[in-house]
Order: sequence, then C-alpha cells, then structure tokens
Amino acid sequence: MNFLDITLDLLSGFGISCLLFCLTLLFAIPLGLLFSFCTMSKHRFIKAPAKVFVWIIRGIPLMLFIFVIYYLPGLIGGASVNIFNTIDREITVAMGASQLMWHGRFLAVLIAFVINYACYFSEIFRGGIESISKGQYEAGQVLGLTKSQIFFKVVLKQVVKRIVPSMSNEIITLVKDTALANAIAIPEIIKCAKDMASTQALIWPIFYTAAFYLLFVGGLTLLFGFVEKKLSYFRG
Amino acid sequence: MSILEVRNFTKSFGDTPVLKGIDFSMEKGETLAIIGSSGSGKTTLLRCLNFLETPDTGKMYVNGDLLFDAEDKSHTSDEAIRKKRLHFGLVFQNFNLFPQYTVLENLCLAPKLLAKERPDFKAHKKEVLAEIEENAKDLLLQVGLSDKMSAYPCQLSGGQQQRVAIARALALSPDILCFDEPTSALDPELTVEVLNVLRSLAKKHLTMVVVTHEMAFASEVADRVLFMDEGVVAFDGKSELAFGADCPCARLRSFLGSIAK
Repeated sequence: MNFLDITLDLLSGFGISCLLFCLTLLFAIPLGLLFSFCTMSKHRFIKAPAKVFVWIIRGIPLMLFIFVIYYLPGLIGGASVNIFNTIDREITVAMGASQLMWHGRFLAVLIAFVINYACYFSEIFRGGIESISKGQYEAGQVLGLTKSQIFFKVVLKQVVKRIVPSMSNEIITLVKDTALANAIAIPEIIKCAKDMASTQALIWPIFYTAAFYLLFVGGLTLLFGFVEKKLSYFRG
Repeated sequence: MSILEVRNFTKSFGDTPVLKGIDFSMEKGETLAIIGSSGSGKTTLLRCLNFLETPDTGKMYVNGDLLFDAEDKSHTSDEAIRKKRLHFGLVFQNFNLFPQYTVLENLCLAPKLLAKERPDFKAHKKEVLAEIEENAKDLLLQVGLSDKMSAYPCQLSGGQQQRVAIARALALSPDILCFDEPTSALDPELTVEVLNVLRSLAKKHLTMVVVTHEMAFASEVADRVLFMDEGVVAFDGKSELAFGADCPCARLRSFLGSIAK
C-alpha cells in the first residue's frame, strides 16, 4: 500500500468520525437545550429527575455508556440477539456486501454520544442562561414580549456569546471522543489504522491519524475565533 | 375619572410585609413623585403596577377598568398580564437596554413584534413597519439622540443609555410611564440630561410616576408627591405642600430634613 492508498483509507475512516461528530452536534444541541430547561424547571418532578439523569450520564465513562446502549435493548427485550447487530446483518444482506456493515452499531454509538453530550451541553446552556441578568427578562416583560420572544429575541444571542468559549472546548473534545466508536468495531479512523497495523504490519498510519484530527480541530478553532469576533460588537 | 386607581395593595416577601395597604389615584397628565427612604416599598409598589410583582391583596383600575384584582386568579395568567401591562411603561434604574441591538432596534423591537399580532399586519406590512421606525426616530429626536440611532448600547454613556430606555418605553405609548430611580446609577452631570428629558415629558403632560431620590427634581417637576414610610403612604398631596415649611406630615418633614443635611 502506498502513501496515497493509506491516506484515502484513513480518510474514509475519518469520514465516519466526522459523520458521528456532525450528527451528534445536530441532535445533542437541541436535546441539551431541552435538558437545560428541565434542570431549571420550577416543577420538582421535572427538575429532580433531570438533575439525577445528568449526574448519572456525566458520572459514567462514555465508553461504558456506549456498551450500555449497545447491549441493553437486547437484555431488556429478553432477546438473545442484539438489535444493532441485526440491523447490520440485514443491511449487509440487502446490499450484498462482502463485509459486515456498521450502520446499526453506528446508531448505538450515536445514541450514546447524543445523550452524553446533551447532558454536558445542558450544563453549559444552564450556566449561560442563568448568567443573564433578571433585568433583561423584566425589560422584555414590561415591553409586552411573550416568554418565547424574550428567550429567542432578547436572551439567546447574549447566551450564545457567553457560552462560545466553553462550547468550543466541549466540541473539540467531541472530535476526539469519536475515536471511542472503535469500542464496538465501527471503522472510524483509528480502527482503520489499527487494522492496517494488524493486517499489514504498518505502525506509522496510527501516528498519521493525528494529522487528520489536528487539521479538523484547527479548522474548528478558526471557526470559533470567527464566531467570537462576530459577536464582539456588543457587550453583554 | 382617574387614569389610575390603586386600592389596598399589600405585598409581603416571606414574613416581611413590604406594602401594608397602599391607596392612591392619579389624574391624566399628572406627574407623581414617590419618595421615601430605602426599604419603604417605593420600588415594590412600582413593580406591582407593572405586574413584575403580584400584590397579595388589592385592586387596580386604569381608566376606570378593573385591571387587577388579587381575588380573581384569572387576572394572573401570563397572556392576560402581557396585554394589561402595556398600559404601563417602565424605565429601570440600570437601563436594561438589549446589548445586541442598536439604539433604533431597541426602540423598534417590541412595537414590531406587537404589530405582527394585529390581524391587518400582513396586508399593510410595509406601511406599519415604516411607521414604527418613523415614530422611533421621532422619539430619539425628542430625547436628543438622533445621531446615535445606529450605535450599540455599550458605545453610549449612562445618561445616553437611560435616555434611550425612556424613548424605548415611550415607543409603545403607554398610558402611564413609570420610572424606578432613573438617575441613581448616573453621575451628577449625566443625571441632569436625564432629568431634562423628564422635565420635557412633564411639560407635555405625559402621565408619569417617578420613584426618585432627587428631591430638587421632585419639588420642581412633580405635581404631586407620595411619601412612603414603612410600607404605607404617609403623605399624599401637592408638591408645594410636601416641600413647603408648613408640611402637615411630621415624618416627611424629618425625612426631608435628614436629606438636606
């Protein structure tokens, strides 16, 4: 295998990493917002379970949580088969592929990532929302705005400005956490490199994966810098 | 008929009674100054008028219509309150402008959102929005900030921010405009520019309730003075009488005397 082949092979793995990254963000941000509202709820019966849930998810390793999501549905259903593996087998048969497909297991990892990151995001959102002064809400109220208008038209942009630094931290962590997907043999970039090590006795591709992460995180860093600059026109 | 009538407002925070039965009324075009020492309930009363606090007991009438009745819980739903509070405007001690919007956007935000609820909005969208902006520019002219239309609040001095806040409240043309210590967060020189705006509004016979520590301003501009002491109205009368040598209220005389020192 020459350098180009290896690069392309790793790139296909990194594509899966990026897919996991993007889908996690897409679902975890709205879900995190929902969780943050639950943990700020005035109703005890919403607030307490939400707090306990966030504590549990943040308290266990993400790798463990991936296993929980992967194995638990089968155990609860009493079925001896794993539903995610079943999906993989059916897709493989349907596509007539020679290798076992990974989409079912990817779904398991995605669920684990979305819930895990939604919990972390919810705490960042809560901190941001609670840091906005009461006066902003009251000013909106006396001007006759509805609660949702106050949130979306007055508070949200100020919250976004305040949480950009901590969100960028968390999102960069997410990029690297996608490597955990290889715990259930999803062919993300590190799994690809490891396979090369075992099948072709090539070690250096494992180190080469760092370049992909560094480039991607570098791009994200520039993006967050741009967002921060975009929002620096006001103080609030 | 009085534009505002408040009957027996009481309010406690926990076990601490803050308002102990407030009664007063106002005529259209009147400027009412509410004075008193810290903790006497002035700000709480103002917040009750603006539905930021809910009185424990009492009734409030605006233009003769019952606007609030503590007995009747249907008055306290969010949607009901939202419509009712538009009779009042409120200018805060620390301005509370929206930092991400320009001065003009601060003025137009609420009127535009409210206009969208009007049934005829879609048909006359352009005219309605243009009219709102024209009105906002007019108000900025009145408070002397036409040149700051596209500035952001963080680029303005405290006095300018407060003048924007006044214009923002006026943009919804409330029946009664309330001020909660509008100059307490300002330097003396900036205080003057805000008080000048209030003076000009009083001359136009806008109905205003001003909670203030500026006694000189209260005596000059206010038609009437409400002196609050420990949660009750200790004096309610013409400002000439309140600040005159023959003021009948001993507590008010000693309050004014202690400030003058």
